[in-house]
Amino acid sequence: MSGANAQLEILPRSVQVLLAVGALGLAVFPLIPMESSGYYVQMLSQMMILAIFAMSLDLLQGVTGLVSLGHAAYFGLAGYALAFLTPADVPVSLWWSLPVAALGTGLAALVIGFFVVRTHGIYFIMVTMAFAQMVFYLFFDNAVLGGSDGLYVNFRPDATLFGWRGIDLEDKTTFFYFTLALLVLIYAFLRRLLFSPFGRALSGIRVNEHRMRAVGYGSFGYKLTAFTLAGALAGVAGYLWAAQTGYVNPELMGFHLSAHAIMMVILGGMGNFGGAIVGAFAFEWVMHLFKDMTKHWQLLMGSFIVLVVLFAPRGLLGLIDRLTGKKEKPDKMKETKEAP
Amino acid sequence: MDFANFLIQLLNSVQYGLLLFMLAAGLTLIFGIMGVVNLAHGTFYMLGAYLAWFLTAQFDNLLLAIVVGALLAVAFGWALEWLLFRHFYKRDHLDQVLLTFGLIYIFQEARSILWGDDVHSVAVPELFNGAIQLTDNLSYPVYRLVVSAVCAALALGLYLLISKTRLGMKIRAGAFNREMAESLGINIRFIHSIVFALGVGLAAVAGMVAAPISSVYPGMGSSVLIMCFVVVVIGGIGSVRGALVAALMVGLVDTFCKVLVPEIAGMAVYMLMAAVLLFKPEGLFKS
Repeated sequence: MSGANAQLEILPRSVQVLLAVGALGLAVFPLIPMESSGYYVQMLSQMMILAIFAMSLDLLQGVTGLVSLGHAAYFGLAGYALAFLTPADVPVSLWWSLPVAALGTGLAALVIGFFVVRTHGIYFIMVTMAFAQMVFYLFFDNAVLGGSDGLYVNFRPDATLFGWRGIDLEDKTTFFYFTLALLVLIYAFLRRLLFSPFGRALSGIRVNEHRMRAVGYGSFGYKLTAFTLAGALAGVAGYLWAAQTGYVNPELMGFHLSAHAIMMVILGGMGNFGGAIVGAFAFEWVMHLFKDMTKHWQLLMGSFIVLVVLFAPRGLLGLIDRLTGKKEKPDKMKETKEAP
Repeated sequence: MDFANFLIQLLNSVQYGLLLFMLAAGLTLIFGIMGVVNLAHGTFYMLGAYLAWFLTAQFDNLLLAIVVGALLAVAFGWALEWLLFRHFYKRDHLDQVLLTFGLIYIFQEARSILWGDDVHSVAVPELFNGAIQLTDNLSYPVYRLVVSAVCAALALGLYLLISKTRLGMKIRAGAFNREMAESLGINIRFIHSIVFALGVGLAAVAGMVAAPISSVYPGMGSSVLIMCFVVVVIGGIGSVRGALVAALMVGLVDTFCKVLVPEIAGMAVYMLMAAVLLFKPEGLFKS
């Protein structure tokens, strides 16, 4: 359904340069002496976390063509996992709690995925949303799980490794670099995955699922694997979010955050993971800008979203490519719709 | 649970189910006929409720407010279709999701600017204020019965419109095969405008008649939207009959779970949905 939009799998040079400059800029940012830099370091950490979240959704949305309107469920679940794993009086070790949280969310995505990946198109959108609401209410209605007030994570995870305390996540700058490292690692992993046989199969499913099945790919298994992996990676982002803010509530699993993630992926450009990063930063930046301008920022945000849909269907990376590239490159995977 | 209580809950579930049907019918028609996913459908319900509150304050008469409000809502739906939605019939579902998500933001803020963020209540009109004695020890508010009756009448009207009239035939033809219908001389553009305006009108009327029962508050659109999705998914997309059956099922499950097992009440309808999907991935009445 959304095959035609994912056109930048092979990133043009201009976009590669942009991403590299961006990464470098982030790497040196905390070193720049400036006023209230702590605030910006924290804000950029948050944007990076959302970028990881957006990339995890892009694996479904841009690569496989599955638009999930319930992706925040996995983000929130991992946040709660950290809250539950952290004892009341001491920090929990990062080295096992992060994998446990990610695997746990992956497992939740596997179970939910079993129901949802059999559906198509609009059904998939509605069903993923409904399942996310189910998770939302599970936490919202149960006092044991924190209820509508949520839970506090009293201690940031402890990253001591064999007695070495090089990484102190309590420190904002260290947390920033830790997040940046994970962002780069996950990006590299997903790019690698995109051009692996598995990634090619997912792209094939996006373009023409019937044909993929006809040539012998069990599309159910591929889609379920992608859904599980995307859930686990969203879990990494949710874990980091909870570790940074020290607080989780059901809103983290809500419909609005799921829709934000979709918007970020679209705004940047789908199907190449770089777009998800660019989109997450741009979306958050625009939102901060509007919030500073007026208390009726939602009006501006809504109009902004409508305008993006109307005029930039290929996202910002598509725009950059068009402005800097000589000619629009035809999508190798794109094909004309055939009559059924 | 004694019999009297059971009967009250049964009447409540039917009333809630019929209300949901009014919303889900619009949602499923707009999708089935135009192929548009409309996340902003819940805001039309909110719009209706706020209109009921605002117009009642002006006219001092809920019934008049509902009539005027319904006309306003239909006009609003017509304008919205003409301005925005008609450009999105052939676009990706993803684009439609985004467009309508952007619209939620805009409508919410517009509501906030126009009418503020307070919670309001609307009084039950004098005429229907009171309770009816069903059995010796059982009385039931008249207004809730009126709501059920209004929703049932509109549901019946919708059914007759679609299955018995000439316009309904054209609507069905357009949904079945657009090109064919057009080549037979059916003005699909016009049909789309009507269906969209009708959907908005139904959602707004649902909000208006519900206003005296539930209070009027800012977030009322999104919770009801998600319920509608569940109804549409259970019933089968595009099927009005499926929406009716599913809405009544959801009404029953939701109402009775709230009374009997409140711990899982929030999740109950989603569990129902999961159970249905396990056996019927395309919903009960796939059209």
